[in-house]
Amino acid sequence: MIEFDNVTKVYDDGTVAIEDINFEVAEGTTTVLVGPSGCGKTTTMKLVNRLEDPSEGTVYFDGTDISELDPIELRREVGYVIQEIGLFDHMSVGENVATVPELKEWDRERVDARVDELLELMDLPPADYRDQYPRELSGGQRQRVGVARALAADPDVLLMDEPFGALDPITRENLQDEFLDIQEKINTTILFVTHSIDEALKMGDRIAIFDIGELVQYDTPREILRNPKSDFVRDFIGSDRTLKQLQVTNVAEVMREEVPDRYQGLVERERRDDIVAVSPTDSTQVALSRIIGADTDALPVVDGDRIRGVVTEDDIRQKRAVTTGGV
Amino acid sequence: MGIGSDLAAAYQFLVANQDRFFELLGQHLQLVVISELLAIVVAIPLGVVATRSERLRQPILTAGNVAQTVPTLAIIALVYPLLGIGFQPALVGLFAYAILPILTNTITGIEDVDESTIEAARGMGMTDTEILRKIQLPLAVPVIFAGVRTSAVINVGTAYLAFFIGGGGLGLWVISGIRLYEMSQVLAGAIPGALFAITLDTAFAVAERRLGGETLQDGSTVTG
Repeated sequence: MIEFDNVTKVYDDGTVAIEDINFEVAEGTTTVLVGPSGCGKTTTMKLVNRLEDPSEGTVYFDGTDISELDPIELRREVGYVIQEIGLFDHMSVGENVATVPELKEWDRERVDARVDELLELMDLPPADYRDQYPRELSGGQRQRVGVARALAADPDVLLMDEPFGALDPITRENLQDEFLDIQEKINTTILFVTHSIDEALKMGDRIAIFDIGELVQYDTPREILRNPKSDFVRDFIGSDRTLKQLQVTNVAEVMREEVPDRYQGLVERERRDDIVAVSPTDSTQVALSRIIGADTDALPVVDGDRIRGVVTEDDIRQKRAVTTGGV
Repeated sequence: MGIGSDLAAAYQFLVANQDRFFELLGQHLQLVVISELLAIVVAIPLGVVATRSERLRQPILTAGNVAQTVPTLAIIALVYPLLGIGFQPALVGLFAYAILPILTNTITGIEDVDESTIEAARGMGMTDTEILRKIQLPLAVPVIFAGVRTSAVINVGTAYLAFFIGGGGLGLWVISGIRLYEMSQVLAGAIPGALFAITLDTAFAVAERRLGGETLQDGSTVTG
């Protein structure tokens, strides 16, 4: 979908922002660009909607060299979310979301329907929020509007530059979770910039780790945790690499559907409401923490009302041993 | 003579010369309104040009500054050889004087629009013209409006000087009153002008609040 081919960007003042970057973003995936500030991740992203143009090399959009595309047309096909949000304060929430469809001259009804659909998707009931003004909203609500606005014209690609960076930790976490759900519904190719490795591991199908001006590793979150290519990557991930591995592994991957005899009691007891349980989509980190918290060695896995099996402390430990073993 | 009796005398003078008063007031209003409208029509586009062309910015600002720094009387004196005396030269002087507040506020209003707002607009595929028309100008309206308010209120006062080149207006009573040491005539000319300025300022303030109410909802300032 998007391909960077030997891309170098040198600013007019001689600063080398990125040097010789090569990577490819597959359609429908989320790729996170992560690294310390000044590493060139934002510049890399801005090459995609031509807010910056490369000094050398080529960026391809769906196989086409983007320097051959009209920047205005291109930007209308690419959603753009920034940390500061940049809502238009003189326009209502509805008008903000309608911006790109209006630029593309959709007819009135189609625009209105799309605005309502998106506000609904972002959990901002249109009847309550459509006619409000950005200044009346909280930070989290404003960023929801920002995301809705970026998605309005159904872009093929969505660029997000530290979209949740300015929010408080609780709001950030909620928005991340919601966005993961939304992401599954929209099937858009997403390029996401952050300086937080935790956010990268959580949001990304693939992660591109940048050191100053260069791309040092481009892999899946698991591969990055399992085989950090350099000391820089290892340091960047941090000393809690093991915990992070647990974070990117789901309970579903380590649980047992056939419950061993010794845990039968656990599964039966589960029918009570007060028992501690996990869901298959919880991370093994959550599972382990609950196991320790409940002072036990296994927990039932529950999916809605259904009991799916059990997850044990030993299974979690073994799974980790297997993955770090580099299989 | 106390203030009270001065005011009473001024009132009597005004009533006795009612027709003359309305004639002078009419001239004064014409001078203010026409020069102000001309200033608005010229200063806002100039301000826009200044924000979009680094090259033209300094000359425009310098011209605006010079027009305001040179005393109105001097401008009138400079216009005199070209246009002679009367209503028109007075208008030109007032117009030149009224430009700067509108010009600077237009530039400030446009340039104070948040960088991130512009970046979002550009990233969404707006052309420079669309950004100006749909984002920068609407967001700058309250600031531009404040410039017009300042300019108009000053203009009411400056228009008293129109008398010196035969432009008419309430200045006639004030200045000839001073020469004749006729306090009632001075006040009869000065007080209505002062009231006019205050009324104008209040009207603008109300309109400004409306405007702010529509665009910013909570009425806070643009920079807040």
